[in-house]
Amino acid sequence: MTDPQNSPILEARDLHMAFGGLVVFERLNFALGRGERHAIIGPNGAGKTTFVSLVTGLLRPTSGDVLFDGRVITQETPQQRVKAGIARTFQINSLFKALNPLASLVIALAQRDGRANVSLRSVSRERKLIDEANELLVKFGLAGDALTVTETLPYGKQRLLEVALAFALRPQLLLLDEPAAGLSTAQGHELFRQLAVLTADTTVLFIEHDMNLVFRYADRVSVFAAGALVVQGTPDQIRTHARVREVYLGT
Amino acid sequence: MSTITEPATATRTLANQYFAGLARWSIWEILFWAALVGLFFVPDANLPLYGQIVIWGLFAMSLDLLLGYRGIPSLGHAAFFGIGGYAAGYLGKFGWTEPISGLVIAALLAGIIGWLTGRLIQRVSGIALLMVTLGLNLILYDIVHRQSGLTGGDDGLQGIEIAPVLGLFRFDIFGRTAYLYALAITFVLFLVARALVKSPFGLALLGARENPRRMIMLGAPLERDVTTVFAIAAAFAGAAGAVLTQTTQFVSPTALSFQRSADVLVILIIGGTGRLYGGFVGAFVFLFLRDWLAELSPVYWYFWIGLLLVVMVAFFRNGIVPSLETLVGRLRRR
Repeated sequence: MTDPQNSPILEARDLHMAFGGLVVFERLNFALGRGERHAIIGPNGAGKTTFVSLVTGLLRPTSGDVLFDGRVITQETPQQRVKAGIARTFQINSLFKALNPLASLVIALAQRDGRANVSLRSVSRERKLIDEANELLVKFGLAGDALTVTETLPYGKQRLLEVALAFALRPQLLLLDEPAAGLSTAQGHELFRQLAVLTADTTVLFIEHDMNLVFRYADRVSVFAAGALVVQGTPDQIRTHARVREVYLGT
Repeated sequence: MSTITEPATATRTLANQYFAGLARWSIWEILFWAALVGLFFVPDANLPLYGQIVIWGLFAMSLDLLLGYRGIPSLGHAAFFGIGGYAAGYLGKFGWTEPISGLVIAALLAGIIGWLTGRLIQRVSGIALLMVTLGLNLILYDIVHRQSGLTGGDDGLQGIEIAPVLGLFRFDIFGRTAYLYALAITFVLFLVARALVKSPFGLALLGARENPRRMIMLGAPLERDVTTVFAIAAAFAGAAGAVLTQTTQFVSPTALSFQRSADVLVILIIGGTGRLYGGFVGAFVFLFLRDWLAELSPVYWYFWIGLLLVVMVAFFRNGIVPSLETLVGRLRRR
């Protein structure tokens, strides 16, 4: 822990999580290195999304701790964790349906910069936020749809906006819950290719089912099964790991 | 998902123009306020009725901040109208007769109680929210109704005196001063509300209305914002109640009855939510019809209001103002 460059950015220590009688995690230990592009894979019900929610604070563990940047954040609210630098996307799009992408991004940026307190100042005077929102739209290929009502956008573009909203917060840790869900294989690859460029200096933790995407874009992989971390390693190690093939790849 | 090479400057200009356009006054807005001023000069105009319309419009606008912009329904909004109304009444009765300061005090009091209510309901949503707001309204009504020694009960608060506005304009029996006073106060508060909903805070309210979970994951202080907007809406409702008391020199428990809470909700829904103007248009339709129908059939006028609601839902599901916007939009595109 003395060298901040090598200490993990995210750690789970003895996480226990139960919903009533249903135990999701018995004793989960997990560490994520700074700057990694790390994939979590595992069969349905392995606890992948629950883990993301424990990290973002939408859920609290029954016992155990979550550490971010070496600091225990288990009792912090989701908002405090966002301010600390954790952002996430949802498996199912979670957007502002009746608003357009431009306004959506300005909302995100205003929250990030603490510019959304009660005031009588028109949004139009927030030039910096509007310009940055615009840069993000261009980066994510949404510039042509800036003023289109979000719910009328094609699914693939909505998916991009979902990622752009989290990315706009300039997080230290970006959690992506199945970013390619619902996209065609080609669209999925395109999204990950863009993400690889955009998030070059961000730590990214993503859940993904498509093994091609995982093996291609992750530099480390964790395999969850039945509420436990089965194994962690490089894509090559995972691909050839006997137990992974057994519990997950099914061969 | 093309690789991005398009120049950012063109879209940046577009983006800035979009927000500038939202802030700009449209010709319709200018015409609307000009028409309200113009009514004053129409010979034999029914100014007391127009004054009521403006006050109800302000009241409905305050509910719009909650319901239209933040998505918080309330069945008890008359509680704040009544608090403002009684506060202004007591001030006038016990010697604080200067109207503008009286109005500010009444609105602040309603705002403080609204803030406390907001603290109470900031985690509540949906049906439970309707129950809590209705419950608080009923409790307040019952207190005012029963404490007749203090409030005059059903007979209302008597002996309210209001000094001339700015020491110059006496409230006259033709309702001329009352109309201009109500209009001026309403316009000032409208300007505040307009700036508020077009500020980043207003945008955050819309975001929370659309998707509270996403707002949490953007780090937004959702609960604090609910409390804030509740306090502001309550203060505006209180101001509306205060203006009504001051211009009529009377306030009774009907000011904070459940019926009033229901009426303001109906007015806002007829006019359309999330537009600020919906409440005014709704008030115009509602009060005009009530005035007209009450003459035709004094007993059954609620029947016609009911029918109007049913017809509204069939033909203008989103209320009058949004339906007109859609219509104008379509005509322009042709």
